[in-house]
Amino acid sequence: MQWFDALVQGVLLGGMYAQYALGMALMFGVMRIVNVSHGDLVILLSLIGISLATSFGLGPFWVMAALVPLAVAMGWILQKVILNRVVGDDPLPSLIATFGLSLALQNLMLQIWSANSRSLPGGGIESRSVEVAGIYVGLLPVIVLVFATALTLCLDLMLKRTRFGRALRAAAADVEAAAMTGINPRAVYASATAIAVGILGFAAVFQSLRSTVAPADGGAQLVYAFEAVIIGGMGSVWGAFIGSMVLGISQAIGFRIDPGFGVLAGHLVFLLVLATRPQGLFGKS
Amino acid sequence: MMETLSTSVLSTHGLVARYGDFQALYGVDVTVNEGEAVALIGANGAGKSTFLRAIMGLLPVAPDMVRLGGQPIGGTPTDRMVQKGVAIVPEGRRLFSGMSVEDNLRVAVDQAERLGRKGGWSLSRLHQLFPILKEKARTPVQSLSGGQQQMVSIGRALLCQPKVLLCDEISLGLAPKVIREIYAALPEIRGQGTAVVLVEQDVGLAQSATDRLYCMLEGRVTLSGRSGEVTREQIGAAYFGGSHAVV
Ligand SMILES: Nc1ncnc2c1ncn2[C@@H]1O[C@H](COP(=O)(O)OP(=O)(O)OP(=O)(O)O)[C@@H](O)[C@H]1O
Ligand SMILES: [Mg+2]
Repeated sequence: MQWFDALVQGVLLGGMYAQYALGMALMFGVMRIVNVSHGDLVILLSLIGISLATSFGLGPFWVMAALVPLAVAMGWILQKVILNRVVGDDPLPSLIATFGLSLALQNLMLQIWSANSRSLPGGGIESRSVEVAGIYVGLLPVIVLVFATALTLCLDLMLKRTRFGRALRAAAADVEAAAMTGINPRAVYASATAIAVGILGFAAVFQSLRSTVAPADGGAQLVYAFEAVIIGGMGSVWGAFIGSMVLGISQAIGFRIDPGFGVLAGHLVFLLVLATRPQGLFGKS
Repeated sequence: MMETLSTSVLSTHGLVARYGDFQALYGVDVTVNEGEAVALIGANGAGKSTFLRAIMGLLPVAPDMVRLGGQPIGGTPTDRMVQKGVAIVPEGRRLFSGMSVEDNLRVAVDQAERLGRKGGWSLSRLHQLFPILKEKARTPVQSLSGGQQQMVSIGRALLCQPKVLLCDEISLGLAPKVIREIYAALPEIRGQGTAVVLVEQDVGLAQSATDRLYCMLEGRVTLSGRSGEVTREQIGAAYFGGSHAVV
């Protein structure tokens, strides 16, 4: 029972990680752009959300309604202003550019919000619980998992079934050939990054409802998102979802073994997958 | 001369192109008339692919160096060239790996729709031209044979509904039977009123499939004339050096 409980908690934690990982799956897994500022963007959006909530008395739903469009705009600007200049087969320029952005964002956030930890007031939903299969689980983590699943479903359908999704996959496969087929790769990439960062708008609300956030926290989110994408396999949206679950379950079980072992257990499973199945669980070799 | 009487759909004027410090084209003048098939032959490294890439906006060129229907369009971004009615079957086929045959073709259908290009090509029409593409619709393109991949690449370009189709060595690496099959599609393509520029290593094939031909050597045109009238000797001289001959 204790282990079943750990499994359920792990899946719920995986729901949170999936919300970081989906944007990464799109940018790194499909477009091969390394965005080091991924986690810092979650934190920045969280802090903006918290300030909105405290200044205007907005509830979590309205914070989300404000943050998601803001995140979409930030993603679009990020691609137009920085990433479209460094796009190419070589991931190194995007890595360096966004590493610089990451440092700048962290310093900016320290200036505005100081190093203190804050969280988003949830009006009570953060402490409610529901009974699932004989065990009590937090309502908020269940909502997070439902959102994560819905976002994954939408993103997967968008990539496979829509004109935009086909254009993005084509541009990711061969930018020049995509242009020869009438695609404007820069416009497609700007929209894709807008979507990837837009998803972080959801993640930011849930992250700051579940726990506290501080300007230097972005590194962990970046690493979890990266690990989930690699575990699941590059280029697969459901792979990133499952990778997030694997990461969450590993951490929850590790935590049961020893509270200090939780995060490390996740990293060890990541290394294990990397060593035995480098293309990831769902990746094609 | 013939080409001044009919309307040119695509023409280049003193087209120069370079890769960094290396100059690959030294003032190339080529004219393609409406509905015409023109061959571009020449040895390896002559600059044939560079010429097509320069037209497609993949290399920086001045506006006046490339004209489409008389309008200067040199250096237009590649996706806008497609919008204006120029499509390319690129060297090496360049399919979207990891995607199915159908998705590769649908990308072109999508974009033609988005760009408002109308024309006679549809997926079903293409399936009549190359029936194997219907059979293999769900197959990932990387597991097709070379000939089938070439058909996808041609199909993808046709579905962009071009006025001018640029083909870069579509016979390269294929068996004679497959080459015949692919070249058999040309009359049907031209039947749509589409002008075709064929880069081809096989001189005999190039001559039999086109109205006129140009031969390039080291970034310059060394011979131009009617495909049926140029002689082996003229081509030999133009291919490997000698003075510029016009027939
Ligand atoms: N990306 C590049 N960078 C530098 N030089 C290049 C590049 N591509 C081609 N070249 C050079 O430009 C010249 C023309 O090349 P191009 O590919 O246009 O020739 P080609 O006639 O198409 O030859 P082939 O029949 O081998 O395809 C060659 O000398 C080639 O080495
Ligand atoms: Mg070539």
